[in-house]
Amino acid sequence: MRTITKTLVSVIAAASLLVLAACSSETSTDSGGGSSGQHTGGTLHLTAQSAGGTLDPQVNYTLQYWQLYQGAYDGLLTYARVGGKKSEDIVPDLATAMPKVSTNGKTYTFQLRKGIEFSNGKTVTTDDVVASFRRLFKVSSPNAGSWYNVIVGADACLKTPASCTLNGGVVADASTNTITFNLTQADPEFEAQLAMPFASVLPADTKAKDEGTTPIPTTGPYYFASYSPNKALVMKRNTHFKSWSAEAAPVGYPDEIDETFGLTAEAEVTAIENGQADWMYDTPPSDRLSEISSKYASQTHVTPLTALWYLGLNTNIAPFNNEKARQAINWAIDRSAVVKLYGGTSLASPACTILPPDFPGHADFCDYTKNGGNTWTAADVDKAKQLIQQSGTAGQSVGVVVQNDSVNKGIGLYLVSLLNQLGYKATLKALSNNIQYNYIQNTGNHVQMSLTQWYQDYPAASDFLRVLLSCASFHPNSDSSINIAGYCNTGLDAQMAKADDEGLTDPTAANAAWGEIDKAYMSESPLVPLFNPKLIDFTSNRVSNYQFSDQYYMLVDQLWLK
Amino acid sequence: MVEVTVAIATSERGTPRSRRSAGPWRVAFTQIAHNPVAVGSAIALVIIVAVCLAAPLYAQFIAHTDPFQSNINGTTVIDGHSVAVLQQQTQGLGLGVEPIGPTWNISNYFLGADSQGRDVFARLLYGGRTTLLIGFSSALICCALGALVGIIAGYFGGPVDWVLSRLMDIIWAFPVYLLAISLSVVLLTGGLRLGPIVIGPSNLLLPILIIALIYVPYVARPIRGQVLSLKNREFVKAAIGLGASDWRILRIEILRNVLPTVIVFIPLMMALNMLTESALSFLSIGVQPPNASWGTIINDGLDLLYTRPAVAIAPGIMLVITAVALNLLGDAVRDALDPKAKLRGAA
Repeated sequence: MRTITKTLVSVIAAASLLVLAACSSETSTDSGGGSSGQHTGGTLHLTAQSAGGTLDPQVNYTLQYWQLYQGAYDGLLTYARVGGKKSEDIVPDLATAMPKVSTNGKTYTFQLRKGIEFSNGKTVTTDDVVASFRRLFKVSSPNAGSWYNVIVGADACLKTPASCTLNGGVVADASTNTITFNLTQADPEFEAQLAMPFASVLPADTKAKDEGTTPIPTTGPYYFASYSPNKALVMKRNTHFKSWSAEAAPVGYPDEIDETFGLTAEAEVTAIENGQADWMYDTPPSDRLSEISSKYASQTHVTPLTALWYLGLNTNIAPFNNEKARQAINWAIDRSAVVKLYGGTSLASPACTILPPDFPGHADFCDYTKNGGNTWTAADVDKAKQLIQQSGTAGQSVGVVVQNDSVNKGIGLYLVSLLNQLGYKATLKALSNNIQYNYIQNTGNHVQMSLTQWYQDYPAASDFLRVLLSCASFHPNSDSSINIAGYCNTGLDAQMAKADDEGLTDPTAANAAWGEIDKAYMSESPLVPLFNPKLIDFTSNRVSNYQFSDQYYMLVDQLWLK
Repeated sequence: MVEVTVAIATSERGTPRSRRSAGPWRVAFTQIAHNPVAVGSAIALVIIVAVCLAAPLYAQFIAHTDPFQSNINGTTVIDGHSVAVLQQQTQGLGLGVEPIGPTWNISNYFLGADSQGRDVFARLLYGGRTTLLIGFSSALICCALGALVGIIAGYFGGPVDWVLSRLMDIIWAFPVYLLAISLSVVLLTGGLRLGPIVIGPSNLLLPILIIALIYVPYVARPIRGQVLSLKNREFVKAAIGLGASDWRILRIEILRNVLPTVIVFIPLMMALNMLTESALSFLSIGVQPPNASWGTIINDGLDLLYTRPAVAIAPGIMLVITAVALNLLGDAVRDALDPKAKLRGAA
């Protein structure tokens, strides 16, 4: 009896373990990531000159907070939260696996993981997913009209956001725990767009308005405990979080992360040197670069970015409505001088193409360099002057609009000097960083030349070429007209659509096509590529395990603290 | 205060009966000339103005440079070696670029280069021209406007005084820098358009007018008080009794007595206006690039404070010297023209 009882208990215990294991397998499809105990703990102190605006992940469009969202919000898919090239891989996050895509590319079906909870303790359901996509339109998410407009029902949502239902577009089946997206047309970048913070899954009862400074419950390892844009942002451990994937949702190491606002960049550097802060969001000021690169080399991390600094030439007003005048600027710009103004050759490389090096679709060519070849070597001012004479635009006034920080203003001063040398009458307008980007987009402001930057949203050629130069990106008299050159070439638009289609079946051929499109745009010169920047991350000496993701830059919550 | 209304008795033939005494202006000048602090200040100012006026000569014939042209990839010769004006760092990770520092060679980057590779000393001289021009012009305009408002308000009184005084109160109610910054931000965006008159955003007239305008109450108020006092003096009452017109009384009796006060204000306001101009230019809302003023050069040097402090310090020193000299000279002029020192500390 005793033996029988012991055996029975053993059997029941084993069965219970099997059941538990089966249940837990629903919430953990791989090992779960992670932090080992020895590196866990402490408070990571971040610092930034100013806050990044709203905390709402479906509205905020800043790298500053996208970096933090990685440890807080999840979508169905995400970019692998690892360092190096693998960070460009899209991996399942709240979905158990990559979606099943129909043969015509118009239907994506996801299986939602079970047992995941928001930081408020509520379980994530398919209803939350559907509600989140409706909310994306209701709050007029910045790219709702350009990324998610392929979802069936999106047109109606864009017209009347308040009554958005996405009927037939996002369909949930609670019984099978699946979500199906029906698209109006195949979109080779739909998965990339689902991996963006805009597509974060939020509780279904989240208000359909920009939540601003009110934190929304999270699914990731941290939640936002408090946010005061004039003071600080505090993230604390989400006790409801259990890692389900080492790639998509690794456990964070610090117990708490805070970001304080208000210090100048100079003061931020000093704070890090003194161990009062662990990392600064802003770029260290130019007069501290030599100090940190010599005295604090081991704490300084420099990484090339898939980004472009460029000049937008307004192709709709004089003098740059003349192709020769635009080409003249491309010939005349001394990119090595601009690189120096940015911080030197260790921090930037001259650019000839719109698509950055090592980016999908990038082709090596350099149409505007003195001695020919595939890389930029020198400017040709004589040729530029000749083209300006031919264009008949010499002597005209040119206003250059830049941001008013030291680097942008420095480049602006150089441009004014160059334009005067070329025979124009140039003036500089340096505007606050908060307003310059919108100001230069609006054709009503008659901006002739502007200095700006573009950092990839996701690794796809269209994220540069279509976004920056397609006819669809040009909206006259609007502050949201990202085609700053106001350039519209329907022939090249058609080529981009063709490259898109090709991308569904033959990505290699599509990338080659994008390279040709880049070349075609450069021959028309609506913009002037200046350089591809590198990023400096300056960390304190108590920080280690620095990892850089190509998508979201330094993995904040993967840092170890001494 | 000096009253210049004394009629000199004349003989029947129209010649003075006695030797004419030294006039109040001559007395004042003599007093200033015997004040060593005032003379020292005046000499310092003359030197600064002369050196700044010679900026184009220095740039063209001595330094052989264009201080408004970027020279980022330029080189220069130091100790027989050709060196880059902006030098790439080579230590550690090799981050950053530094302009060359002071060479202390008057013909070659005497105070070094700024972040555009331009000669700081040449820009300092050009900047001085701009700062002095703005300071002097705005002080003149401010004192003229202030005197006009003060005299009209004080002499006519009643509703005219009420309206003008309230207007001055309104301007005075704003913190002076806040008002200057607000006006500058608005006007520098699109310039100033007054009917057919158009002043572009980079025109120096804008900072001159803005600075002149914001300080008008500082001059108008004391002048108004002085005119209120003068209006009740016997010689003014006598002129009224004799049937002199308002215009004549204002011109002969009031203005002549107020003029020394206005003159006292000019150097004091000039110093104040130069500092205001520099503050606005430092904030990028005064003189617009590539024009230089001492304020814009300080701003240029802000990003080089750790590595090339001379860029920011040199114009700062020039500002201090000029402002101190103007204030000392202004004090001496006040002591000479206003011995009762009623205006001490007015500005």
